[in-house]
Amino acid sequence: MGKSARELARAARVDIALDRRDGVVLNRLAQGLFALLGLGVMYVLAQAFAESPAIFVQQMLNGLQLGFIYALIALGYTMIYGIVKLINFAHGDVFMVGAFTSFYVISGLDLHRWPAWLWAGLPEGVVILIGTITVILLSMVVSAFLAMAMERFAYRPLRNKPRIAALITAIGVSFFLEYFGALPFVYSNNYITYTRPFEVTVYTAGSISPWAIGGAWGLFLLSLAGYLLLKWRSRQGDLRAQSWIRHPLLQLGLLLGGFFSVVLTLAGVQIETGGEIWDLSASNVTLVIMGSSIILQVILQYVVNRTKLGKAMRAAAYDKDAARLMGINVDRVIAATFALGGGLAGAGGVLYATAFKQVHHLMGIIPGLKAFVAAVVGGIGSIPGALVGSLIMGQTEVLAAGFISTPMRDAIAFSLLIVVLLVWPQGIFGEPPGEKV
Amino acid sequence: MRKRFLILAVLLTLVILPACGGSGNEEALKIAILAPLSGDVATFGESTRDGALLAIKERNAAGGVLGRQIETTVEDSQCSAEAAVSAGNKVIDQDGVSYIIGEVCSSASIPLSEIVEAKGVFQISPTSTNPSVTINEDGSTKSAVFRACFIDPFQGTVAAKFAQEQLGAKTAAVLLDQGNDYVRGLAEFFKEAFEAGGGEVVVWETYTGEDQDFSAILTKVKAANPDLLYLPDYYSTVNLIGAQAKEKGIEAIMMGGDGWDSPDLDTSAVEGGYFTNHYSADDPRPEVQNFVATYKEEYGATPDALATLAYDAANILMDGMEEAGNDDPMAVAKAIEGMTFDVVSGSIAYDEHHNPVKSAAILQVENGKISFIDSIAP
Repeated sequence: MGKSARELARAARVDIALDRRDGVVLNRLAQGLFALLGLGVMYVLAQAFAESPAIFVQQMLNGLQLGFIYALIALGYTMIYGIVKLINFAHGDVFMVGAFTSFYVISGLDLHRWPAWLWAGLPEGVVILIGTITVILLSMVVSAFLAMAMERFAYRPLRNKPRIAALITAIGVSFFLEYFGALPFVYSNNYITYTRPFEVTVYTAGSISPWAIGGAWGLFLLSLAGYLLLKWRSRQGDLRAQSWIRHPLLQLGLLLGGFFSVVLTLAGVQIETGGEIWDLSASNVTLVIMGSSIILQVILQYVVNRTKLGKAMRAAAYDKDAARLMGINVDRVIAATFALGGGLAGAGGVLYATAFKQVHHLMGIIPGLKAFVAAVVGGIGSIPGALVGSLIMGQTEVLAAGFISTPMRDAIAFSLLIVVLLVWPQGIFGEPPGEKV
Repeated sequence: MRKRFLILAVLLTLVILPACGGSGNEEALKIAILAPLSGDVATFGESTRDGALLAIKERNAAGGVLGRQIETTVEDSQCSAEAAVSAGNKVIDQDGVSYIIGEVCSSASIPLSEIVEAKGVFQISPTSTNPSVTINEDGSTKSAVFRACFIDPFQGTVAAKFAQEQLGAKTAAVLLDQGNDYVRGLAEFFKEAFEAGGGEVVVWETYTGEDQDFSAILTKVKAANPDLLYLPDYYSTVNLIGAQAKEKGIEAIMMGGDGWDSPDLDTSAVEGGYFTNHYSADDPRPEVQNFVATYKEEYGATPDALATLAYDAANILMDGMEEAGNDDPMAVAKAIEGMTFDVVSGSIAYDEHHNPVKSAAILQVENGKISFIDSIAP
């Protein structure tokens, strides 16, 4: 006679246990392999650093610029995912539309110089500053409307359908924007040289006034002191200090002060180690990108954490039905999220075009994908995660290109996604409940 | 069913009849021009057609070739393999043509050259740069297929020579798109010639076609501080690299190939740079100036490189016919192999693979304008 049911069940259990053990061995092997690979990479990088610290630091400065642009795109991915659980693949194309909007208003309307139309005697610096801000804001508005329209017409009708339907629609919207843009009467499929809203200046040792460097350090140290003081007070049980510690102005001071003090010092002060003069440089484009990216992110943090809309967004991210029962208009909240994300991507598009001086109808694909990876690495759904993930992404790319292999830079950057997903499936910042949006 | 046979029969007679009639005509020599007159690169095709027609018109006015007038057939071959093959079959079988000028694109010229080879007629492509246009798969040279342009790698050799002799460059950095045959060919031949001339390639970095950020590579270039930065890519990528290199404070002279030849080249990004090209309308040689003047008079525009090469291709073919003394395509091919031609784009002789050995024009981007510097023979 055959085996009894119990024996069969036992055999099956043993099989499963064996499978599990095989899986464990395989996982261990994979982990060991990755650890080995990681050590190898570390070794190569350490060697490169020891050989020429100046070039290494210069590469990191290059990566910073890239990282801050990715951050602006990644925020949109992360916010939209946080609320509607949709990976909006058309996000990179919103970025492209932002870049093109600024291209047309700059080269067609000269909008980056509009204050000079009103008052001819205005100093050049003020004209450019106000003009550039206007161009960025205008592109943000156009991109925000585009993102809202996309949500209203392509995603909202599918909200209660299986999630895969919305995902495929997102890919469709992405292709539509790309190839609609390629039509000869839209943007054409040519590579177009972009006109920057301001002239490029490259800062090297001695070309930055010590006041600017000192000011950045002052801002950073002051904010740090404030942060530590508040931290100490809140440890003591001071509730007001606990709420102030997350005040957006304090964050702004820490981030702006921290990044600017380091970058300005590196670029503007002559550093010499072991007879080697560090010939570092940073352009004003890098500084503008860093500054606007930080300011926009702090504003976003403020909106999400301190306003009624932000509260509604967090509630909708937590539980849409419950939020609806509490009287929150979830449709409007989602539209607002798309608008915020689209606006940030639009600003990213302007900054990217300013940095690389070229616009093209497919320019959004690769930065969009990389920002998506950055968002996943940082923990999709988490806003600080998007910033950290993007900075890591920028550094990975530049260091890979600089010291490992140039043709492999994208391969390495994208394999970061696989490694992070294996080690931290949630991404670096995970998904702390209540913080998700 | 019967009706369909009837239509087929009528069509067949229509196809065969003119072919019979055509072969009987001994009076005029027939040349077909196959060029893309529709689609993405229609402007390339129009320039090619205009250039070739101008050369034939001039020759007819001067009494024709071998005492006979030349009759031309123009077909739209759309820069595609299928269209080129059907246009080629049509002109050879139906119109009785034994000489073809075309195609513009390598992707169309290669399949066309296979038909030409099989049917024993003559082809000269003005601008197709792929080596396979004139070479069979087994490495032997096709018997009667030529081209009027130099093949891509040649530009790399000329650029290296110019950089060393005229610019005094001792070290060079080369940045190339690994996935693009054109770019890689130029870069590899540049390196070979530059090192053969005693120079040193201190940076050799590849990137991919989608890259927009070159800061990492350019930081390495800056650290190596070369005399020359060779960028053999198309203008779209060169615009990006050039602008970023200037911002990084790289002072190396930039140099490139005919991929730079575009009205969309960002002249501020490559200010002071040089590039190799097939020809320049500013070249003071009388052949060039006469051609530019005639072309302007005929069409009201300055001829571009495509028009020039098509004009040259037609002249090479007609000179070859005169030299051969008869209109047998194989005899003409033999004659061309041994000749030297002084045409607009330079002095041309053919190597064993039917590739022209000729000089290249060196142009410089200066104060936002492109000016002719020199004509360099290999």
